Amino acid sequence: MLAVRDVAVRFGGVAALDGVSFEVRPGTITSVIGPNGAGKTTAFNTITGYLRPTRGEVTYDGARLTGLRPSAIARRGIVRTFQRTSVFPALSVADNVRVGLHLSGTAGLLEVLLGRRRLRDEETRLARQADEIVEFVGLRHRRAEIASELPYGEQRLVGLGVALAAGPRVLLLDEPGAGMSAPEKGVVSGLIRRIRDQGATVLLVEHDMRMVMGISDTVIVLNGGRVIAEGAPAAIQAHPDVIRAYLGSASA
Amino acid sequence: MEQLLQHLVNGLVLGGTYALLGIGLTLIFGLMNVVNFAHGEFYTLGAYAAFAALGLAGLDFTLALLGAIAAGALGGALCEVSLLRPLRHESIDTTMLVMIGLWIAMQNGELLVWGGVAKSISHPFPTAPLVLGPVSLAPLRLFVLLVAAALIAASYLLIQRTKLGRAMRATFQDAETSALMGVPIERIHTATFAFGSALAAAAGALLGPIFLAYPSMGDLASLKAFSVVILGGLGNVPGATLGGLLLGVAEELGAGYVSSGYRDAVGFLIIIVVLVLRPAGIFARAERIG
Amino acid sequence: MRRSGRAVAALLALTLPFWLANPYVLHVVIMAGIFGVLALSLNLLLGYTGQLSLGHAAFFGIGAYTSALLTLRLEWSFWVALPAAATAAGLAGWCIGRLALKLRGAYFVLVTISFAGVVSLVSINWMDLTNGPLGLPGVPPPELGPWSLRTKRAYYYLVLAAVAASCLACKRLVGSRIGRAFVALRENESLAESIGVDVTHYLVLAAVVSAGLAGMAGSLYAHYTRFVSPEVFLFTYTVTMVIMVVAGGKGTLAGPLVGAGLFTALPEALRAVTSWQWQMLAYGVLLVLLVFFLPRGIVPALTAVRRRS
Repeated sequence: MLAVRDVAVRFGGVAALDGVSFEVRPGTITSVIGPNGAGKTTAFNTITGYLRPTRGEVTYDGARLTGLRPSAIARRGIVRTFQRTSVFPALSVADNVRVGLHLSGTAGLLEVLLGRRRLRDEETRLARQADEIVEFVGLRHRRAEIASELPYGEQRLVGLGVALAAGPRVLLLDEPGAGMSAPEKGVVSGLIRRIRDQGATVLLVEHDMRMVMGISDTVIVLNGGRVIAEGAPAAIQAHPDVIRAYLGSASA
Repeated sequence: MEQLLQHLVNGLVLGGTYALLGIGLTLIFGLMNVVNFAHGEFYTLGAYAAFAALGLAGLDFTLALLGAIAAGALGGALCEVSLLRPLRHESIDTTMLVMIGLWIAMQNGELLVWGGVAKSISHPFPTAPLVLGPVSLAPLRLFVLLVAAALIAASYLLIQRTKLGRAMRATFQDAETSALMGVPIERIHTATFAFGSALAAAAGALLGPIFLAYPSMGDLASLKAFSVVILGGLGNVPGATLGGLLLGVAEELGAGYVSSGYRDAVGFLIIIVVLVLRPAGIFARAERIG
Repeated sequence: MRRSGRAVAALLALTLPFWLANPYVLHVVIMAGIFGVLALSLNLLLGYTGQLSLGHAAFFGIGAYTSALLTLRLEWSFWVALPAAATAAGLAGWCIGRLALKLRGAYFVLVTISFAGVVSLVSINWMDLTNGPLGLPGVPPPELGPWSLRTKRAYYYLVLAAVAASCLACKRLVGSRIGRAFVALRENESLAESIGVDVTHYLVLAAVVSAGLAGMAGSLYAHYTRFVSPEVFLFTYTVTMVIMVVAGGKGTLAGPLVGAGLFTALPEALRAVTSWQWQMLAYGVLLVLLVFFLPRGIVPALTAVRRRS
């Protein structure tokens, strides 16, 4: 279980996060929402190791994540996606995903240089796994195309494939619906549900309310760097503090 | 003690010209984000321009100096317009490669035009050194120090007090807004590069008579300029001034007290030590996460 | 290349000294081979991890000096000196990798240039070790049993083996998980980190292997020319290497080799016609033109043409 405990992040004099605590129950889809500037992206970057908190800690199954490099956090099974720059631009879709399978491979320098047979079998396995993931995100017809030449929505799907390739136990999605059309959001929502059904935990940051309320098991609301509400979608939609936070920011 | 003062004075003379090199590069590298490996070649250009003006055109020393500065400015403007402007939206690595190409082409061009034998640049000053208390200083070196100081002051004034300087600062702080406000961005870029190259040429014309002029003199000049910029902080003109003076003094002290063979290593070591110890410090380019 | 093409090429390569017996031409081919290894080494760093090192001459020189000193002063066999040279250079690469770890782009370039500058100054000034500007003459040729590999023909086969081994190593590296990690770092470092690529580890690895290969090339050079001086640290060598990789096609396997062949043969062909200053001037102009018109290099351009037809 992913736990965030009293995390605070200051940029200069501004507290982007001011003592945030929540837990992400395993096997659920949890969404983090809030008005602009509420601290969602900061929380996201802190959990995944791209930012260091000024106070507090993040743990997974009791083990400390704060202070670790993002690659070490990924090795513990916590993988994130990116909103912009979500792919390896010059590589094909299939190669993108194959890079994502990095943690699944075991080849070391000496073995590679000596060209051991075992490696050839591993490479075949990895290629097959990559194809399965490309199929899963629905991009089989694009597998040989260069990622940077794809439309934005499909690039996000490639990014999702790359993250899945890393075998996450907790998958963090950075605004998976941003910049997508309604049908594309539907596809992504379906994928997210299937990922949850396969046993992974999903934490996402998102602005699209409909998408959030449609797929989430739990919704966490941030405002001004603090958690102001937490619960099932229906409860959150009716929560007076939440409504006030959004109305407040809308009129501001 | 006297030796120390002598070294300090010599170091300041050298440092003044390093400051000119550094100010020029800090504007180009720090503000324009161009990795100008050809900076030293404008230094060489200045030296050879002074040589040509003095030896071939028979101009007097001050005019030759001005001619060298003009040559640097013109050359810089030409390079910016033909090579950098078309590539302005490419990555920093691409412009770096182009500047490396320019470096090689300019240096070997100079080699072909002037030959590999070092040229001595004549100057009108008497050779007998002035004795000012415990230190002795050749009149030429005093001239160099004074002119360098004047140019540094002039640069500072240009950037802080003139319309051009304001436009430069505006462009490099926020290009989009400046463009919207009517600042001619393209011309500012050309002007900045020309200005930086002119300063390098001035340094070359000043140091040329003290040492000799030879085609590869720019290599070390480039690297020393980079170490000054790294010391003083990118885009930081007072920093580059201080850094240049420090480098000059450090070199003189190193040559005097440690070993003259390793004199040029000071600049290299500064680069390595500063970049290694303060890697994120002054040059953190915000990483776009997500 | 298709299999039959490859077989023919291999046959030609193996029998070359017999149908191309002119010693001058053989010399050019040997130098092209040594530079080929150098270009491959630089390509690993520049083409695959995307970091430009302008100090590769330092690794080349360290390899040359190490090999020369071990065989001259300690009378070690060439066959031990070569790996020792590669290891020494690899160690230097490790230092650069670890030191310059947090730096990217231009700053990494500056550190590599500075490093090369310091090493060069040391080789000139540390007379006791390196004999300074006078250099180390009389570096012994390799011995294989009763034979001394001092003829061009014999040395050709040595260099051929080295080139083949380097190609094989690079090919295996690039096609492996390690190679993919390199490319990931070049293409999108944040993304690479998010899927578990340890940036530190892989950049240092790339630096070590790259430097080691360059060191091996240095050793081959030392025992061929049988003379090592601080001139091995000349920036000219670094520039030539960069042109070879950039012109040939960085990030490809054939590119550096094509570049090495082209830019070793070309100067020799032009030597009769023009001086080396013109040649270097042309290199500078060429680099600029390449960036503008053929940014990916010759091999990718040819591949694209072939694919279209």
